[in-house]
Amino acid sequence: MSDSGLLAALYESIGVQPHGLRGQVDVARIEVHHNRVLGVHLVPGLEVDATERENGIEAKILVTEGTLIEKPIQVCFGMIPPDGLQQIVLEVEIEPRARAAIVAHCVFPNARQIRHEMDAMLTIGEGAQYAYLERHIHGADGGVVVVPRSKVQVGEGARYQTDFELIRGRVGEIDIDLEVTGQAHSVSEVTARISGAGDDRVSIRETARLVGQYARGVLTSNIALRDSARAVVYNTLVASAAYARGHVDCKEIVQDNAVAKAVPIVEVNHPKAHVTHEAAIGSVNSKQLETLMSRGLNEDQAVDLIIQGLLGGPSSIAAPESSLREIQV
Amino acid sequence: MNILQLKDVTLDLGGKRILNHLSLDVREGHIHALIGPNGAGKSTTANVIMGLSGYNDFEGDVLFQGESLRGLSVDQRARRGITLAWQEPARFEGLSVRAFIRAAAKDKSDDKIREALDQVGLEPGKYIDRAVDKTLSGGERKRVELASILAMEPKLVLMDEPDSGIDVEALDRIFQALKIFKQKQATVLAITHSLAVLRQAEHALLLCCGRMVDKGSVDRIAYYFEKKCVPCDHLDPVVRLAEDANVG
Repeated sequence: MSDSGLLAALYESIGVQPHGLRGQVDVARIEVHHNRVLGVHLVPGLEVDATERENGIEAKILVTEGTLIEKPIQVCFGMIPPDGLQQIVLEVEIEPRARAAIVAHCVFPNARQIRHEMDAMLTIGEGAQYAYLERHIHGADGGVVVVPRSKVQVGEGARYQTDFELIRGRVGEIDIDLEVTGQAHSVSEVTARISGAGDDRVSIRETARLVGQYARGVLTSNIALRDSARAVVYNTLVASAAYARGHVDCKEIVQDNAVAKAVPIVEVNHPKAHVTHEAAIGSVNSKQLETLMSRGLNEDQAVDLIIQGLLGGPSSIAAPESSLREIQV
Repeated sequence: MNILQLKDVTLDLGGKRILNHLSLDVREGHIHALIGPNGAGKSTTANVIMGLSGYNDFEGDVLFQGESLRGLSVDQRARRGITLAWQEPARFEGLSVRAFIRAAAKDKSDDKIREALDQVGLEPGKYIDRAVDKTLSGGERKRVELASILAMEPKLVLMDEPDSGIDVEALDRIFQALKIFKQKQATVLAITHSLAVLRQAEHALLLCCGRMVDKGSVDRIAYYFEKKCVPCDHLDPVVRLAEDANVG
């Protein structure tokens, strides 16, 4: 398939007209199919250096000091064939006082046996703001193994928000490993929203280390499972500086024969730090269910709506017209 | 004409009799208050009418528009036109006010959703995209719930303690909503132990120890409730009535 054909197929999977997006000169784009860089469009202050490797790409994304990129950078990583391996090695640097958001679509609509690996190193400079939405769109049969690994350094007074979303198509297997370190007065917000079915397997291992005074962090995992899907969530939050504040929040709705496990680990190494955690796993809340049924929804419709809420609507990061939203902790 | 009738309903929960041969009639298009002290069986009555889980194993019958509700699920009752506003509305993680109201609404347009929010005094632009979760106060959630019921356009609204946990302004909005229900010829059965709520009704029903003690004009029942029920320490109504007769 030609590059333009691949590009069209990728965008079609996410319901976007490529020429429509390409017409927006103020929206930066990076488009990758397997190991081919199909397109890069930059805006002032954004630098991208991408190299094609045997099974993927290596890329460095730099937002230069003080640059404010108003519209989210649109990134598309995907594979149209049903089989293969895609390895993305990413280095992201947001220089001091810069501001940017990335919406990454990871698209595997025909997957039968695909492995998608991501190794990312992120550095968010002093006073910078960075938001990243990773939205996965898979086929109906699973067949994808997704292995994202990220290490994030959040500088003094910087803000970091990441939102992993897999709510369309089957998960297959997913194994998230993310570690974030927040310096003084930084804010880190890490969210995963995943819907699993069939024999899907979900593993989330997220760690936030609040090492600077007044650093704040929230780890949120919202997961809905049905059939015989399984999920295990290890969220670790370590606060080791005065006035550091953190919260771990895990909610999992389990239906049919699905199995969910949550292991929140909170560690406080400073007498003036404070960390809380909350985990709720179980079937759909009966009061929520009966409230919606008393409005005329049948049980299935009510369950769907409750899960839709838990997994959230479109992330605010994704709105093409939006600038980076303020992170609330 | 009666839209709802409870006929000799008896319900035991946890080995205790909660409703005791309760019979009552609710007139179509009117606002009724079911008043009584804590533990009288008021909320249980609403739960039985709505058919909530755990409240279906009772003796007697509940008729809506002349037909028994026995065997009907909560959603089937809702589709016949019955709904319930909870004393403490549920929270829905991540679910937007728009989606919550739209789920119930007869007319699912954005205009209708905004109109419903406006009717309960919540500025649509400020609330429509918020989540129905812990970021809303109890009073705000109560008003959002009421907006969803207004948009649903039911025939019978069961309101369980509409004034609990809300401020004066919110209460005023809830009273205005009662007027809207009345204008739309919906029937309201407000469960309460508040005289302020009772005063909004056209008919009053007095419940104690799972039995109907009295019914009639709001003024008379309000007087009785204030003078006899408020100081009463759950004295069995039969004994109370006998005492009253002796005094008389």
